[in-house]
Amino acid sequence: MEYVILLISTVLINNIVLAKFLGICPFLGVSKSSSTALGMGVAVIFVMTISTVFTWLVYTYLLLPLDLAYLQTVTYILVIAFLVQVVEIVMKKVSPELYQALGVYLPLITTNCTILGVAILVVQNDFNLLKSVVFAVGNSVGFTLAIVIFSSIREQMDMAEGIPAWMKGTPAALITAGILAMAFMGFAGLV
Amino acid sequence: MEKTISTKENFLKGLVRENPVLVLLLGCCPTLGVTSSATNAIGMGLATLFVLVMSNLVISLVKNVIPDKVRIPSFIVIIAAFVTVVQLLMEAYTPALFEQLGLFIPLIVVNCIVLGRAEAFASRYSVGASVVDGLGMGLGFTLALLLLGSAREVLGSLSWFGLKFSESDGMLVFVLAPGAFITLGFIIAIMNGLKKKKA
Repeated sequence: MEYVILLISTVLINNIVLAKFLGICPFLGVSKSSSTALGMGVAVIFVMTISTVFTWLVYTYLLLPLDLAYLQTVTYILVIAFLVQVVEIVMKKVSPELYQALGVYLPLITTNCTILGVAILVVQNDFNLLKSVVFAVGNSVGFTLAIVIFSSIREQMDMAEGIPAWMKGTPAALITAGILAMAFMGFAGLV
Repeated sequence: MEKTISTKENFLKGLVRENPVLVLLLGCCPTLGVTSSATNAIGMGLATLFVLVMSNLVISLVKNVIPDKVRIPSFIVIIAAFVTVVQLLMEAYTPALFEQLGLFIPLIVVNCIVLGRAEAFASRYSVGASVVDGLGMGLGFTLALLLLGSAREVLGSLSWFGLKFSESDGMLVFVLAPGAFITLGFIIAIMNGLKKKKA
């Protein structure tokens, strides 16, 4: 039950993009069409789950015993960059179709702050391994949900007329995101 | 090959014309995440300014030593080192602010502004020019954050830098998440409007 609540709260209530402001760059940058948004979302789910497991292992079995916790940021970013490379190479070999679909998003993910953010949050919250995985899955699904909804709205907005010239593009997109964030606040009483 | 640029122009470009947040739309996560008050905004801005200046300085010093292929990973390690320095310093001397900014301090590592300037500027220009660029960009970032933080704090809690100027409650939504998006949207819209008028 604890895990279900954690999942619901990370996907809906504390949505990583709309409530915690992580991953805004891809959220604004790769949300012009809903198919690319979905691709980015799936790539994030994939990488975030793997990288959270690895950074958790590195922190618990390497950094803590060696008393090197202050090297957390440096180690994590290296582990993540390394993992993204490995995922890219393995995916290319094992499943070229998947690589075709997600390949272009992978390099962008290294600097996606959701990945590093979740890895650090897991340590701050003292989660065990299973809980960390649930947390990573929940947050990445939440990211995907937010970016897919947002990109669908933006597709519609591109066709809309009557948006004043100075509001077109980024300003209108940001205000849409604000209204979306307000809608997500409605989930607050859920758990 | 080192390029050159006049110091004054180099410094000023980060403030307005190439403002990292309001014009280039880089580093949006901390921009939205920590600007619920003007104090937080300044703290975050200065922390980023320090990392920007120091990483620009070191990267332009070592740019000829690093092989082109491993350029990006090396930049990231240099940046991460300075972020750790800031993190430890803030934890020691400004624990309250450190608590407030929380996750966003380590996340300076993946702030696109810092890596962006390393790649676009510090790896091409001289050491002096790179430091000036870091200062200009960092101040531009701080100013943008201060603008957004002030707007949100004034509208949301009717105070500025923690000083209340009215007893009544503000519009709470501006302090909460949706207000961040909406305020930044309007600030950028106003910037666009002003730019059009000038042209």
